[in-house]
Amino acid sequence: MIQRSLTLFGGLFVLILLMGWVMGAPFTSSRLVEAAAYALIALGLNIQWGYGGLFNFGIMGFLMVGGAAVTFISYPVNPVFWGGEGPAMLGKALFAFAIGALLVLGARKADRIGITGKWKAALTVLAWFVAYVLYRSQLDPAAAYIESAAGGGWVGGLGGHPILGWIFGGVLAAGIAYVVGKICLGLRTDYLAIATIGISEIIRALIKNMDWLTRGTLTVSPIPWPTPLPQQLQAGGTSISESLLTARALYLLLALVVLGVVLWLISRAYAGPWGRMMRAIRDNHIAATSMGKNVTARQLEIFVFGSVLMGIGGAMLVSFVQIFDPSSYQPINHTFLIWVMVIVGGAGNNWGALFGAVLLWLIWVVSEPLSKAVFEFVSTWSTQFGWGAIPEIEARSAQMRVFVLGLVITIALRFAPRGLIPEVVKRES
Amino acid sequence: MTELIFFTNQVIISGLVLGCIYALGAIGITLIFGILRFAHFAHSELMTGGAFIAFLLASAFAAWGIVTPIPTGFVVLPIAMVLAAILALGIDKGFYAPLRKRGAKPVTLLIASIGVTLMIQGLIRLFFGAGSYSFFEHEPKEVFRFDMTGIGSTRPLVITEPQVLMILVTFVSVLALHFFLTRSRLGKAMRAMADNADLAQVSGINTALVVRVTWVIAGALACMAGTMLALDVTLKPDLAFNIILPIFAAAIVGGLGQAYGAIAGGLLIGFAETLAVFNWTMLLRPLNAILPDWMQLPATLALVPTEYKLTVAFLILVVTLLVRPTGIFKGASS
Repeated sequence: MIQRSLTLFGGLFVLILLMGWVMGAPFTSSRLVEAAAYALIALGLNIQWGYGGLFNFGIMGFLMVGGAAVTFISYPVNPVFWGGEGPAMLGKALFAFAIGALLVLGARKADRIGITGKWKAALTVLAWFVAYVLYRSQLDPAAAYIESAAGGGWVGGLGGHPILGWIFGGVLAAGIAYVVGKICLGLRTDYLAIATIGISEIIRALIKNMDWLTRGTLTVSPIPWPTPLPQQLQAGGTSISESLLTARALYLLLALVVLGVVLWLISRAYAGPWGRMMRAIRDNHIAATSMGKNVTARQLEIFVFGSVLMGIGGAMLVSFVQIFDPSSYQPINHTFLIWVMVIVGGAGNNWGALFGAVLLWLIWVVSEPLSKAVFEFVSTWSTQFGWGAIPEIEARSAQMRVFVLGLVITIALRFAPRGLIPEVVKRES
Repeated sequence: MTELIFFTNQVIISGLVLGCIYALGAIGITLIFGILRFAHFAHSELMTGGAFIAFLLASAFAAWGIVTPIPTGFVVLPIAMVLAAILALGIDKGFYAPLRKRGAKPVTLLIASIGVTLMIQGLIRLFFGAGSYSFFEHEPKEVFRFDMTGIGSTRPLVITEPQVLMILVTFVSVLALHFFLTRSRLGKAMRAMADNADLAQVSGINTALVVRVTWVIAGALACMAGTMLALDVTLKPDLAFNIILPIFAAAIVGGLGQAYGAIAGGLLIGFAETLAVFNWTMLLRPLNAILPDWMQLPATLALVPTEYKLTVAFLILVVTLLVRPTGIFKGASS
């Protein structure tokens, strides 16, 4: 087992070196930083699916939350917004929200004053409706004002350190995961999958359309780096090519430190009593319940933990590319890709998830230029035979990676259903 | 009266059209779930793939110079449905059957269906690019306008020819499915297997045949839904991928495994979506004459902004799962 992992990781290392040699060091270094962030996200899914058996198909939503969080914390302050009436109006909207929440909570406790059954249900629906109308009546004018020139266009950032943004991304993702988990975790696996997809779509719709908060499709850039930018290094007197590599190496180092700490923590958790309990719940939750484990609470716990890692990973990605573009988030790129990483790597094994994340990310980025090369080769060949060239090679090869992703997952499920580095189940004899 | 006609155009007709498409998609999902016990995500790609098959056939018809009185999309539909059914059978044979034979869990099949989704979508994009196509390049899209001045409306009642045909075709196929499920031997066998697969097998039902028939029906209906959606709007590679969530919501709201539930769920979700984004001021405008000044209706009075249309289906789904997890018609429990 150890030997197999070492061989696979050795092969991956050779692949990276080969890629650096063919595609150039600047390209490869960028992809490696992204791979590190994806590895963190894959570890998050590995906790949820590999340890806990939870079917989270809403990864995209958590990545977006992390991205929005780091944008909000680390982007420079927007003085026009803070100088105008925007903050006061938002305060009012928040107040309306609080009143609405109190109304709903009150309606839910209506049985205390003798309203029960159908009347209570009707009252709850009414309370939800009133709360919604109240909130919208305050928020809509505030949003319209802030989006106008007088309001500053959007809220802007807080000008904090990007690392604070990463932490905030994790915290925000945890909060949302708690609410989502409270609603959905009682559901059976396929229902949970559809429910989480739906929630991630709602998050995407919100972030894309709340222009006053996230600037929506107008996108936010440039978002600062936690480590020195290449331009800052160049100002210090480093040459352009060298500054690019040094800056990315520093960022990669930071990402690797985060990844290493996370890996160490979750591996310890896996080996400990907590990990054993989680596996017991995953493999047979009825037996775990009868042993006195609070299955729902534990599943909620692991759902929140995994989502924290996804939030941080999403924040790291946005910091690195320096632009937050809500319309660039797609379920294929940001949910299914992560799933393929974990399944191919080996669910339940952290090293497997790590391996799968790096390997799949490299396949994902390489498949486009590779298929372009293949198409060009076939095209010249077919031209020689007089069949004519393949039209629109550029656009077509861009679509090939989706097909390659599907092919990889179907092959993996067929021939290595437990992954390349599968989970090792230790048994005390 | 103008307001009522506007309401009919905006809500009743488009809600019905949307509901029909959701219902046809949801029937396939719910049948597959009933027989094979897994959520078939690749259904969206069966729909898109079916629509592209129909599009290719329609283009071929146009190239051969065949002119039909009704839109060519509907003429080629039966052939496209047969081809889509074969495609569905092939997908099952190639991807799901080996996993089932190994005794894989439903969750593994679900992940495999996502792999199939990605592959079909990749192939469609490879051959057709990311642009959009129209069925009505070689023929006009006929629009019927019924003059409603007789009942005091300044607006006509508008419905397009594909929409009329779509509603008719859906009605006929749902009726046919109903008779198949209740009257034919095979249909009864299908319902028995959905109820209890083991019991069905020991009582001598050919379960392999039932599985094949399920894929044929699901593939054909998916092709029908996809083609009709493409006829109503435009054909593009992510045609059905974007509406798979409401379709699943329809299947779950109706009760997974219940064919009639899927129809009810589809119509429910279709109408809920159109009602939620409808601008109520347009209907209630005459009230402005009676209402005092401070209660005048605002220019837009929609329940949710149009951008959040997709979330409506999902909210209904969550409420259903919380309040009545088995769906309207008692389906598989959560």
